[in-house]
Amino acid sequence: MQIDLLQEARRQAEICNACRYCEGYCSVFPALQAERAFSDGDLTQLANLCHNCRGCYYACQYTAPHEFELNLPQALADVRQDSWEEFAFPRAAGKAFQKNGLAIVLATVLGFALLFWAARALAAAGGEGFYAVLSHNAMVAIFLPAFLFPLFSIAIGLRRYWQTVGGAPVRLSHLRGAIASVANMRNLKGGHGDGCNFEDEDRFTHARRYAHQAIMYGFLLCFASTSVGTLMHYLLDMPAPYGLFSAPKILGLSGGILLVLGCSKMVWLKLRSDKSLGATNAFGGEIAFTGLLGFVGLSGLLLYAAGGTGWMPGLLVIHLGAVLAFFLLTPFTKMAHGFYRMAALVRDAQRHETV
Amino acid sequence: MTETYDIVVIGGGNAALCAAITAAENGARVLILETAPIPYRGGNSRHTRNFRCMHHGPLGPLVESYTEEEYLADLMKVTGGKTDEHLARLAIRSSEECLPWMEEHGVRFQPSLSGTLSLARTNAFFRGGGKSLVNAYYRTAEGLGVDVLYEAAVTHLELDGDRVTRVDYTHEGAAKSLSPKSVVVASGGFQADTDWLARAWGPAAKNFLIRGTPYNRGVVLADLLDQGIAQVGDPTQCHAVAIDGRAPKFDGGIVTRLDCVPFSIVVNKDAQRFYDEGEDVWPKRYAIWGRLVAAQPDQVGYVIIDAKSLNLFMPSVFPPIKADTLAELADKMGLPGDALAQTVAEFNEACGDQSGFHPTELDGVATSGLTPPKTNWARPITEPPFYGYSLRTGVTFTYLGLKVDENAQCSIDDRLVSNLWAAGETMAGSILGQGYLAGFGMTIGTVFGRIAGKEAAAHAN
Repeated sequence: MQIDLLQEARRQAEICNACRYCEGYCSVFPALQAERAFSDGDLTQLANLCHNCRGCYYACQYTAPHEFELNLPQALADVRQDSWEEFAFPRAAGKAFQKNGLAIVLATVLGFALLFWAARALAAAGGEGFYAVLSHNAMVAIFLPAFLFPLFSIAIGLRRYWQTVGGAPVRLSHLRGAIASVANMRNLKGGHGDGCNFEDEDRFTHARRYAHQAIMYGFLLCFASTSVGTLMHYLLDMPAPYGLFSAPKILGLSGGILLVLGCSKMVWLKLRSDKSLGATNAFGGEIAFTGLLGFVGLSGLLLYAAGGTGWMPGLLVIHLGAVLAFFLLTPFTKMAHGFYRMAALVRDAQRHETV
Repeated sequence: MTETYDIVVIGGGNAALCAAITAAENGARVLILETAPIPYRGGNSRHTRNFRCMHHGPLGPLVESYTEEEYLADLMKVTGGKTDEHLARLAIRSSEECLPWMEEHGVRFQPSLSGTLSLARTNAFFRGGGKSLVNAYYRTAEGLGVDVLYEAAVTHLELDGDRVTRVDYTHEGAAKSLSPKSVVVASGGFQADTDWLARAWGPAAKNFLIRGTPYNRGVVLADLLDQGIAQVGDPTQCHAVAIDGRAPKFDGGIVTRLDCVPFSIVVNKDAQRFYDEGEDVWPKRYAIWGRLVAAQPDQVGYVIIDAKSLNLFMPSVFPPIKADTLAELADKMGLPGDALAQTVAEFNEACGDQSGFHPTELDGVATSGLTPPKTNWARPITEPPFYGYSLRTGVTFTYLGLKVDENAQCSIDDRLVSNLWAAGETMAGSILGQGYLAGFGMTIGTVFGRIAGKEAAAHAN
């Protein structure tokens, strides 16, 4: 981990700990105030607990030009970003993609190319619908490793995180607390329920919270759609294509719409936000990742709309290429934040228990 | 500026904003002239954290009740009776309706901060502190059509008999003037003008630190007093506390507080103790320590604790000076080593039974036969490492100000100035003769800001 980033976060946390005006905003401050001195692990935990709602920045009487130059959202974002690169497995991949929007775009294009090649080389004669373009077995051969590898990689990353922050064995009650926080994004509510400061300086709104939840629930619905489809295929012997009122379609369509709306709104919000309150060098990576996720949703919806037309094969390989890139990059892009944030919230639930 | 304004509000902190919002809601066209740039707008309100509020039964974040009589008794205790009871009762009585008004205008409260449980019944804490309150009020004011000029420094108010006829100010390098129907002065005390402080206090004042905004230089206050506007208060009286001696000259705010005095001995630069460090809990004593330190040579004090007390108080923003022996600590702090050794030895010998030690209550663990005594939390300084802090006087705001009546209106030669009102720290001396009650400055600012805004709008309409 970069010592200078940790040292700067430590300097700022010590000032915050002598002030404490912000303790009503989010989970970071009660956790911060529980310490008198901040180890690297403490700072890593605080950094991953921070949702970058920026309430503390706009409320702070010590921001520049004051000589204390507090910018806690940025200091924690820098440590957080650095921790994701450090915990990534393999580390080189974390460093290559986390902050690099261009690398994400290139990986996506590579995904398209791979699928085009697969469609030509592995085209199945006699399949129906999408499977006429790429056989079911070929899809499984490509996507099963592309799904399992990120899971494996994330598991290693989380293990590294847990060791760094000194986490205890996880119990169901910790998970319950963390899931409840994620489910309604409590930490973007500002403590008073008015939301966070993001797109319009110190004005509190729910825009970012709603956009985030649209993305999160959209993604989960799409994931559920694929999972249900897999179960129907293997357990119920009901292969795709599925009708409009089938579970995979309903889940996938609603999820896709939420993803597209959420990602578009999020990109718009990020473009309007003050970049100096986040990890400035990761801005491109974040925008590219959000764009990729939105594109996964959009291409999926277009694919549904163009299912019976000549556009279908082209759209299918583009959609699958984007999905492939998204999955493979999960441990190395902003997507990883979901896992680390969850871990931080679980760790925080443990802290509450011991207090 | 081509706009015409009914009201000019001078200042950009809590009182100014309450006045501007109230006036705008009463139909007036309002301009705020704030001398600070945007990042420093809000004067000392940026550094505040709560509002002392009377209430009958739970109200917002406040628990139980806090009656007018109890509130007034608390005020009388700290001011030693030096208060205008009529205005004090007005502020106290009005505070209860202020809290919901504040919420309606964007202020958000939170339960009392950790370490301040003793205030949970009496003081409503702003979520995010004073700057978040200031931000909320600016948004509300701008939503009501109030215009704000930053870095607009008022230099002079032209008086013609009982009327203010012109407001002179500089903005963007040019001298400008306005002739509004009403003027509200809410531009604070004069503490940031250390020359003025030195005229009142003597050269010692040059060693004082200013806890809040560097922009409260008392320019408008001096201009009005020079022209004979009625004044109130003593120029040496102010809200002054003992803070970390390493704090910046201006604007250090809350983080420069030191809560370790009750667990320490405090010596002057000759390594001599000068006051009972354990007289009462720190929130009730930090304000008198500002004056105690000011009376010591070079206006500095040195706090000495040992390892067993380090974790008994809120962390400090600057780490303490640390040493394995008292001699080394004396050396690092620039204190005479022999004298410190003797002072500590005498103190240690005077300590008695410590079995009743309790860090958050008056525990009666006292010295015997020592002058000055330490009447609570007296434990010998024996356990290395030893830690030291320096203490200096930190001025929050001065009390010399504009005398106002119950309508927040100023006067000259025993008659009212027909279109001049004052609110906030600039008139707080009308109520606070000496001493300070936590959260009362924001009460005065809110109550009299609202009154001034209403009266100024009524006059303009």
